[in-house]
Parts: sequence; structure tokens; C-alpha cells
Amino acid sequence: MHDMSAHAHVAHHAPPTSFIRKHIFSLDHKVIGKQYYGLALVAVLIGMFFSWLMRIHLGWTNYAIPGLRLLSSNGAPGNVMTPEFYLQLMTMHATIMVFFVLTTAPFAAFGNYFLPIQVGAEDMPFPHFNMMSFWVTFVGFLVLVASFFVSDGPTLGGWTQYAPLSAVGSVGGPGEGTGVVLWAASIAIFCVGQLLGSLNFITTTLDMRTRGMSMWRLPLCTWGWFITSCMGLTAFAVLMPACILLILDHVAGTSFFVPSNLVINDQLQPHSGGSTLLWQHLFWFFGHPEVYIAIVPGMGIVSHVLITNMRKPMLSHRVLIYSMAALGVLSYMVYGHHMFVSGMNPVSSLAFSFPTLMITIPSTIIVLIWLGSLYGSKLRINTAALFSLGFISMFISGGVSGFFLAQPSTDIMLHATYFVVGHFHMVMGVAAMFGIFAGTYFWFPKMFGRMMNETLGKLHFWLTFVGAYAIFMPFHYLGMAGNVRRYQAFAPDYMQPLIPLHRFITVAALLTGISQLIFLYNLVHSRFWGQPATDNPWQGTSLEWSTPTTPPPHNNFGDQLPEVYHDPYQYGVESSVGDYVMQASHEKVDTAHEEA
Amino acid sequence: MATTVHEPPRIEEQVERHGDRSQLTSDSGNGWRNVVPPDRELRLVQEYAPPPASTGIWVALAAISMSFAALTSALVVRKGGSLDWRHFTLPTILYLNTLLLLASSVTLEIGRRRVARFMGGSKNQSASPAQWLYITLGFGLLFVAGQYAAWRQLSAEGLYLATNPSSSFFYVLTAAHALHVLGGLGGLMRVIHKLNRLTLRRSTLDATSRYWHFMDGLWIYLLLLLWAKL
Repeated sequence: MHDMSAHAHVAHHAPPTSFIRKHIFSLDHKVIGKQYYGLALVAVLIGMFFSWLMRIHLGWTNYAIPGLRLLSSNGAPGNVMTPEFYLQLMTMHATIMVFFVLTTAPFAAFGNYFLPIQVGAEDMPFPHFNMMSFWVTFVGFLVLVASFFVSDGPTLGGWTQYAPLSAVGSVGGPGEGTGVVLWAASIAIFCVGQLLGSLNFITTTLDMRTRGMSMWRLPLCTWGWFITSCMGLTAFAVLMPACILLILDHVAGTSFFVPSNLVINDQLQPHSGGSTLLWQHLFWFFGHPEVYIAIVPGMGIVSHVLITNMRKPMLSHRVLIYSMAALGVLSYMVYGHHMFVSGMNPVSSLAFSFPTLMITIPSTIIVLIWLGSLYGSKLRINTAALFSLGFISMFISGGVSGFFLAQPSTDIMLHATYFVVGHFHMVMGVAAMFGIFAGTYFWFPKMFGRMMNETLGKLHFWLTFVGAYAIFMPFHYLGMAGNVRRYQAFAPDYMQPLIPLHRFITVAALLTGISQLIFLYNLVHSRFWGQPATDNPWQGTSLEWSTPTTPPPHNNFGDQLPEVYHDPYQYGVESSVGDYVMQASHEKVDTAHEEA
Repeated sequence: MATTVHEPPRIEEQVERHGDRSQLTSDSGNGWRNVVPPDRELRLVQEYAPPPASTGIWVALAAISMSFAALTSALVVRKGGSLDWRHFTLPTILYLNTLLLLASSVTLEIGRRRVARFMGGSKNQSASPAQWLYITLGFGLLFVAGQYAAWRQLSAEGLYLATNPSSSFFYVLTAAHALHVLGGLGGLMRVIHKLNRLTLRRSTLDATSRYWHFMDGLWIYLLLLLWAKL
């Protein structure tokens, strides 16, 4: 053990005494992590609710959803959804899910809580920035939600906000005026929050590691968060100026994204010479890394959870890390594959197709390492392990359809269809959600000092797993059958025969959504009445299980920071505590795999 | 398969042997960290861990570079494909502003060295060590005022934000840079405040001056970009 003087001057702050400093404007990374989790939980419920409304409308187009009027002043006359309101809900569903759930929960929430503990630090080096990071993100969320309360509602342009429709103002449709401005402002604010967070994550990982914690001794989830924060730093720094340019096209009359002689609704637009492709380039330069920002923390969490439950390390710690880093680097070179049908030069399509096919190599390596490590292991089947397996399953199922979409020739046929919707929901949406669930079931005992109910957890897993496949697998079929995305209803044409399948999906979505109540109940009930947890309920080795109390004290490790003597995953050894030796243990153990 | 056996590491001894160094470096705000290797002998692997302010500022500068790179590529793309791009001559005051900003970097470097000497315990300082920092602050404020004058001059010529894509980019890039300079001025004031209260850390001083020099370099880049492209 060594004393904390080495870092005392950077991260040390006294435990707060007032309620506000303790629970609201807290500097403690653990409280901030929980705040992020809470925000993600609220956001995911809203986002899921919107998807229900859309699904009901897709299955039964003229059905009057009781109370729908309350959500929109003119989007639901007689409680029946208008096409515009459908698109508004779709846009909000995607924006909320991508930014405020898939980015905040696996990355900002768990990363904030566990990254400083896993590197053996007292806190992040810039706790004020960390506090700002959450509250700025929260303000971003409020600004987004505020767009429901402006006269023509939120924007309907999709989460990608393609120009020129997003840049011409309300002539582009309901919500394309103030709605887009609020959307862009919300995202720009969100970017500031995530930049502050990434700054802290990177600096914590590089500078705040305790004695003995070399980079190779960091657990895989810490690596996941570190790689993600490097991506976040560069991706959000590009999206923010792009959003500002978009706002300027609205409020200052500039012409960054609106071309000349554009006529919308019989009105000649006053702008000139802007480039619609420019927005797509700026957006997707952020947008593709964002996909990995959502999934790489999940990969780290799932690896961490699986190793603990397999009781053995992954086949290769380093190759897994190199592969996650390769995903991060390649994610910047492939963004053009979102633009194969945008009218981009076909040579560019080819240039983007090649790295897109390349990126399957590190992805496949990661999956093979998981499967190879699982092979023959005596996996402890608990809820966290089940969700980790579910993650791998979703990642493979969703990833395989990516091979087809990576090639411009097939993508041209499939791009505007449900095939793509199925692909990204599985590989990014559901997989990342499973990562969040795995992390929740795994770390809940450390965060709240109580165990979650395993029986309810397993029930939740199976309902969600089967439900997610029932919802998203048919999407691929719909896409191949030519079902166009973003359509709110199906006229009596070739899509008519697909309606029964849409109804099946709607029922599956409603049931899967309802089964999430089991999770919510488990979460709330366990928080207050769950079985008290021990300090190390899963017999884990990393530093979060070495804290003196559960939940950890304000400064994580009490008076003295731990020292690290072992690789992160020393399982399958004989030690005084069992088949594992903790990173901070002094014990002399025969270890076979120490490589760091 | 290599099997390694752990001796209980003898940390205390190692710390003592290198005590003077860790003392020295922690005074100057730097930290050397021991990494305990898995082999039998506890070697003192020196993995250099700079103070967080030092790493943090590079990370922040990387993000800022990305933002300006995005705006640059936007400018190149927007100009490349358009027929409506109108060239205009940059206001001459910009060159004066450039000199001011360059001068501020020089004065900041002098100030930084004096403060560092002051923090190192040197007593033969005739004036307050903050003197040069105040001068830098003055130059910085003059630069921002000069940029404002450039904007006024352009608008007097009828070139507003929305007049033409070239003027749009001029205003966006210079305003984004000026905002960052204002941030740097805030940082400088914080440094002076801490210096006066004797709570300044060396790493804070270094990080702030690194940021300031970066803003200087960024401005030269922007000036060249605007001069070449507008």
C-alpha cells in the first residue's frame, strides 16, 4: 500500500456534507456515473415508448391511440398519427436512443463509476469538468425534449438530419424550423458534455493509474472505455462545429448546406451554392465512430463479465485490446459506407467499401476470441453471463448482415429498406443494450451493496433475448422483400402483403417492452430490499472488488490506494481465497498467464 | 508455458532507494510510477506519468484541432463545388493582430520562465513575477479587440455573416478562434490569481502557456488558410 500523496493534489476532495453537493452537483465520479445511468434509464423509457407508438401505427395505421393528442398539438387529430408525426417520433426515438442511451449508459455511466476504481484512483483528475459533463448532457436532453413543446413540434428529419431539408427552415415541414434548431443545439451541447467526459477518461487512464497498474494490466472494460473516449474526443469535436453550421443556416441565413435554385413547396429558397454532401460528410465522420462508441464499451464489459464467470482469461488479452483499438481507428475510414446512395462519386464508394470489409477482420477476431475462450470453459450461468452471451449472439447476427451492406452493389438495393434497420438495431442497438444489462446485473452489487434477483434476471433475459430476435430478424426479410424504411403506412401495393408481418413485429415489440418491467421492478426492489452483497460476490480480481466497503467510500479505497501485483484476470490458480488471485493481492501464487 | 513465481514485493526498500528522485519530481509536479513486473525481482520500472494537467491539455488541444480540421474541410468542400464563392481582401488590421498575438506568446514565455524561477525559490526578482503575465493578458485583450475591429471593418464594407460563403467562413473561423483565445485569457487570469495566492502549480502554468502558444499557432494557420482560400 502506498499513501495517496502522489495524486492527492489532483483528485482529492473532501466528502460532501450537504444534500445538494452529495447527490446533485456532486464531484464524486461514482455519483456522476449513477446520474448518467439515471438519465439513460429515463431516456430509454421515452425512446421505447416512442417505438411502441410507431409500431402500433405501422401495424394498424388508422388505429386511434388513446391520449396520443397530448403528445402533439397537430400531429394526432382524433388520436390518429399523421405521417409527419410518425417521422417526428422516429427522429426523436433515434436521437434519444443513440445519444442519450447508447452513449451515456455503457460509456459515461459505467465508465464514470468504474474506470477510476479499476485503475486504482481516488477520482478523476478534473472532477469539476466531470460534474459539468453530466449537467451539460442533461441540459442537452432538456433542449431536445423541449422541441415537443414548440408550435410545430420536434424535427422530422431523422437522426441524421440530411441537408437540405434540415437547413431550409419550416418550409421543409413541421419541425424543420425551430425543431431542427433545438435538435442541433441539443446535440452540440451534448458534444460539449461528452468532450469533457472523454478528456477526463483519457487523462484518468493515462495518468491516474496506481502503482503497479501498467497499461496492460488494465481490465478489458477499462480498455474499452479508454478506446471509446479517444473516439469520442475526435468524433464529437467534429459533430459540434457541424451542428453550429447547421444552426447558422437557420438563424443567420448562411448557405453552408443549401444548394442554389432549390425549390421546396413551390418556394424558391433564398440560399445559394451550399453543399448537401458536406453535411453528410461531417455527420458521418462523427456518425460511424459513434456506432463504435456505442458498442466498444459493451465489448469491454462483456469480456470482463465473461472472464469472471468462465474463471479463466481470454485466449489473448492483447489481441483483444489491439482489435478493439483497430475498430476505433478503422471506424474513421469507413464512414462513407453510409453514403453509397448519396450521389457520391462511385470511386469514393469503392474506397470506403474496402476498409468497411477490413473492419470485419478485427470484429471477427474479437468474436473468435470470445467463442474460443468460451469453448470448454465451465461458464457460471448467471444473468450477467447470459446477457453477455446474448451480446455476442446479437453482435454476430447483426454483424453478418453488415457483410452485404459493406458492398456498394448490394447496398444500393438494400440501403433504403428495413434490412439496414434490422442490421443496426441488432449489431448496435440491442447488442449495446445487452452490454448495459450485463453491466447492470454484474456491477449492481458493487454500486448499491445489494444483489439483484437472479430468477427475475434470467426471466428478463430470456424474454428480452427471444423478443429481440422476434422483432429484428423479420426486419431483414422485410428489407429483402423491398419494404422501404421510414414509410409510415403501406398503400395497397406490393408492400400490402407485408402488413401481417409488421403486426407480428408490433406484438413482439409490445411484449418485449412490457417484459422490461421485470427489469425495472428488479432494479428498484433490489435497490432497497435486495439481499445484502459481499465485497466481492462474483470472486472477481480487478480493483473494483478490492474496495474497503461496498459501495466504495467517497475516495474509493479509504486511506491508502491499492498496489497492483498481478495481471487483471488471474483465474484458475490456487490461492488462499480460491481459484483466483486479486490484482491487489500480495500473495505469492503460481500463475501461468501473467504477461503484462 | 512460463511459470512465474511472485516474491512479496519489497516496495519500501525501492521507494527509499529512489526517494530523492520521487521527492524531486513530485515537487515539480511530475510523477514517476513504479510498475511491479511479474518476475521475481521487483524492478523499478519507470513508467512516466505526467501530471494530469499536462496530459489533459494535449487531449483538449487534440479535440480543438479536430474541430478546426472539420471546419477547414468544410471550407475546402464548400469552396470546391460552388460557383458563388466571392473573393475578398482580408482587413489589414489582421496582420497587426497577428503581431500582437505573436508578441503575447513571447511575453508569456518570458513570464512563464520568471514564474518558474520564482517558484523554484529564486529571490532576486525586482518586480512581481506576474508582471509579464499581465502584459500577456493585455496583448491578448488587444488581439480580441483587434479581431472585433476587423469584423466591424468587414461589415462596414457590406460583408456580413450571410453575405457570401467566403465571409461566412471568415466569421465562423475567426469567431471560433477568438472564443478560444477568450478561454485562454480566462485561464491566464486564473494563473495570475493562483500565483498571487501562492497556490499555483507548475503544471497549471505550463498547461496554460501551452494552450496559449497553441492558439497562436492556430491563428497563423487560420490566417494562412483565409489568405489562401478567401
